[in-house]
Amino acid sequence: MIGERRLGNIALGLALLAALAWLFPYAWMLVTSFKTPQELVRAPASLPTSLRLDAYVEVFRALPVARYLALTTVMALSIAALQIAIALPAAYALAKLDFKARGLAFALLMSALLIPAELRFVPTFTLLSSLGLVNTLPALVLPFAVSAFGTFLLRQALLSVPDSLIEAARLDGASELQIVYRLLPPILAPALVAFFLVSFVHHWNDYFWPLVMTVDDSVRTLPLGIALLREQGAGVRWHIVMAGNVLLSVPALVLFGFTQKHLLRGLGSGVG
Amino acid sequence: MRPARRAEPWLLLTPMLLMLGVFFVYPLLSALHISFFEWDLLTPPRFVGLHNYAAIWRSGELLASLGTTLLISGLVVAASLGLGLVLALAVHRPGRIAALARGAVFSAYVVSWVSVGLLFLWIFDADAGVVNRALVALGASPVKWLTSTSVAPVTIALIVIWKVTGYAMVVFLSGLSALPPELGEAAALDGAGPFGRLRHVTLPLLRPTAAFVATTSLIASFQLFDVVRLLTQGGPVRSTTVLVYAIYEQLFRDLRVGRASALVVVFFVLLAGLTWLKLKAFRAAEPT
Repeated sequence: MIGERRLGNIALGLALLAALAWLFPYAWMLVTSFKTPQELVRAPASLPTSLRLDAYVEVFRALPVARYLALTTVMALSIAALQIAIALPAAYALAKLDFKARGLAFALLMSALLIPAELRFVPTFTLLSSLGLVNTLPALVLPFAVSAFGTFLLRQALLSVPDSLIEAARLDGASELQIVYRLLPPILAPALVAFFLVSFVHHWNDYFWPLVMTVDDSVRTLPLGIALLREQGAGVRWHIVMAGNVLLSVPALVLFGFTQKHLLRGLGSGVG
Repeated sequence: MRPARRAEPWLLLTPMLLMLGVFFVYPLLSALHISFFEWDLLTPPRFVGLHNYAAIWRSGELLASLGTTLLISGLVVAASLGLGLVLALAVHRPGRIAALARGAVFSAYVVSWVSVGLLFLWIFDADAGVVNRALVALGASPVKWLTSTSVAPVTIALIVIWKVTGYAMVVFLSGLSALPPELGEAAALDGAGPFGRLRHVTLPLLRPTAAFVATTSLIASFQLFDVVRLLTQGGPVRSTTVLVYAIYEQLFRDLRVGRASALVVVFFVLLAGLTWLKLKAFRAAEPT
């Protein structure tokens, strides 16, 4: 029989091992980014002799990093804002108003959860190209205007908001739109924050959609640009690719560090 | 609650329904329509009936890409369940090290697939990668992580496992926190040891959570694309050509929109089946 304390030690050992297995790749990325090309050729798996930032300088020279960063952020913010603006009234109608086809509307929304971007891009691409929208910001934003996950999250949160609150606002003469966009957001703040974070992180990181919807540099996003680093020039210059990778992953990790709790609440709620 | 006016609910739902129609319903119906045509995006489409479906069946690409997808998905689901649960049990306690492990494992979930893909492309590099260098230093022979048809799908699965286990762990952790502590205490009073309590109390109660984790990671690994495109481009010899990659290839490399659409339709039917399973698991996981 293994004692409780021994078991505690085993758990501790496992936790340490896991932390190591998950932190090592980040550390290796950082270490590689400080190397010189000579060091990479001579001893690719050893530590660099000095902290050199040449690779980062090279990344900024090869790519318009600031523009990619700004564009990616604007795109992810636009998607999140549009999703919230559309999800709020829909969630309110689905959670609080009685009407005949409510079940049907809800089922339609939930079945959208079924259809990932990878299934939609062929016809969406031809549709957007017939509208002349391929390779524009709207092509990156509009197809994600509805978030079934987010609408579901808000609907669940609304179910626990008392009706009397809404009735009181109506008696005060508030219109339905004022209820949806003024009264509800502060009450739904925790759900809205979780919704925003999950959406923002997902689209900020997205590779597939920008890859198929852009043809040149004009609306290329940061993940796409960084992935291009590998295809540039003769041979793979890993110190430069890893420096780019540090620039790409640090914003996500920093955001994660500050918002872990809210993010967990969004994901813990189930329908990921 | 009664709406202020009868049309009110529909007015509030209009933006959502409009966008759903344009970007979800239309693409799917359109894929079904195009799947009966041969079309290269340049010349007018030509009606070919069920020919595209026959072609993806006869050429073996449907079964091959489905087999590859299932192999990788199987490994990912098994690890999400096994590793996810073990890690959740290990870090479900107070203390700095447990918190560090929780944060570290879950952090991979927020980092982009591009970051993860590039990172492991370098780590698993055949010649200069740190894993093979370490193997050689230890006297072992280097492994063809990404260039052998039998190893490459497993390497892809390993990378996906590194990326998604944190999510499984988090779901298991919330399942563990929801368990009533009295149950374990009562079993301990009855003389059950830690493993007995795990086997007879904790695990049976976590079964709905496990079903949810399994179906979620199954659906997610069916949609795998980014790592494959970044690390192997479907190779070597199509050994890592998963479903979504096969669709992408048909469209962007071969300009066969009809055949790509036929794959989309088949893929949709498969996903619909999987999601039905997931909804069942989700209902079972909801507290009653």
